Amino acid sequence: MTYIGSDERASKRRPDPTCTEGSSLAQAARRQETSPRPEAERPFVEIQGLRKSFAFRPVLRGIDLSLRAGERLALLGANGAGKTTLLRILACLTRPTAGQALVAGLDCVHEAQEVRRLVGFVAHQPYLYEELTALENLLFFARMYGVARGRERALLLLERVGLARRARDRVGSLSRGQLQRLALARALLHGPRLLLLDEAETGLDEAGTALLSTLLAEHMAEGGTLILTTHRPEFALQQADRLVMLKGGRIVYHEAVAGLELAQVRRAYQEVVG
Amino acid sequence: MSTLSTLRLFCSQVLAILGKDIRYELRSKQTWLGMGLFALLVFVIFNFAFDLRVENRAAVAPGALWVAFVFASLLGLGRTIAAEREGGSLDRLLLCPVDRRAIYLAKLLGNLLFIGIVELVALPIFAALFSVPLFSGELFPIVLLGTLGVAIIGTLFSAMTAATRARELLLPLLVFPLIVPVVIAAVRATGALMITAPDEPPWLGLLAAFDVIFLSLALLTFSYVIEE
Repeated sequence: MTYIGSDERASKRRPDPTCTEGSSLAQAARRQETSPRPEAERPFVEIQGLRKSFAFRPVLRGIDLSLRAGERLALLGANGAGKTTLLRILACLTRPTAGQALVAGLDCVHEAQEVRRLVGFVAHQPYLYEELTALENLLFFARMYGVARGRERALLLLERVGLARRARDRVGSLSRGQLQRLALARALLHGPRLLLLDEAETGLDEAGTALLSTLLAEHMAEGGTLILTTHRPEFALQQADRLVMLKGGRIVYHEAVAGLELAQVRRAYQEVVG
Repeated sequence: MSTLSTLRLFCSQVLAILGKDIRYELRSKQTWLGMGLFALLVFVIFNFAFDLRVENRAAVAPGALWVAFVFASLLGLGRTIAAEREGGSLDRLLLCPVDRRAIYLAKLLGNLLFIGIVELVALPIFAALFSVPLFSGELFPIVLLGTLGVAIIGTLFSAMTAATRARELLLPLLVFPLIVPVVIAAVRATGALMITAPDEPPWLGLLAAFDVIFLSLALLTFSYVIEE
């Protein structure tokens, strides 16, 4: 099992539009800067002994994982393997039963508000306000994140995801693919350093998938980090530096993408899912 | 972040959620139309069902008024968080670095606004149907504090029951026992406007105390209720 990362990407730090001098986020960033350990070596995402149970039914049974800034990780596994739960814990939507998850040195339970500023999340369902227009949806979330010049940023992102002409149309009138594009724009609104994609390619046509790849490449070029879940091994190979497969809440496969063949990954995936 | 800028961000988030909810409701018309029609129907049914002679009108009318307000309020309160949860947008709201108390306050203000509009429309109809002189300045604080009490409890418990399948059943079961003091105080205070009774307890003070205590409790507990 190889641990790979991109030091070059990690060295490019994106400015955080919501980070202020006195915030604990800024303090955590300073802690990282003053630490004797070089930042490139420090994991951006650290998961230790993570467990989660719903009504005594274990979903995650001790996950240990770390990810450096600028890395891309793909999670694969059958439905119910624990992929979404893992992402939800990192997004501070679900509290772990045991163990710890840190993003940029911040605890996902105790420093959740600061972690939320760093994280963008796209699920397989867009979950937008259907009675509001595309622009109103983005403006609302821009205010929630305290994004400076929110209107400008929202219009720019609508243009970027090819929805500028539909900006004033109600979300209920958009197609499935357009909704997913809008959800992607919402996730990028506050310039997240960690992007979590939960089967985000679902519902996207060929052009939409190409757009997603471009946006992900831009996110990585700006020093971002990416964790995605998918059921498509070829998409995982394209978008990730490392592949992790989950089965029954445990990591059963963990490989660097470099040198891997699609056929090998498919075979491993079939074994895990089957 | 300084206290002032934190407060400014908090207020901005409350107003943003409130504005979104008002805009959403005005377009979907899911809640307030149903609440208004329900209140009117209750008045009409009570008007036919009760023997409203002059001497017992003051005893029956306040009860009818507050039963209609409380039942109609629960219709709307049940939708407060459930609509967001059903659509999945609640998760997206919880993803944002927004103080959970801001979410609660925005939802509470939204509920107050919608219930208030329904009450504003329903009150003249009630006064006409029951032939009661209810338009004194003293009615306003009673309705405001009574409605606030119902909304404070209802908003908190709507968040608690939103994730359950039997929320329509659970919400009244949880809310009704807790709002008994509000209903008693509001009914008695409204009745006192029609017939002056000696040695009445300070009902308005009781309503205000209830609101302050339960608002504080709701603000303290909401984040535990809304998050997984």
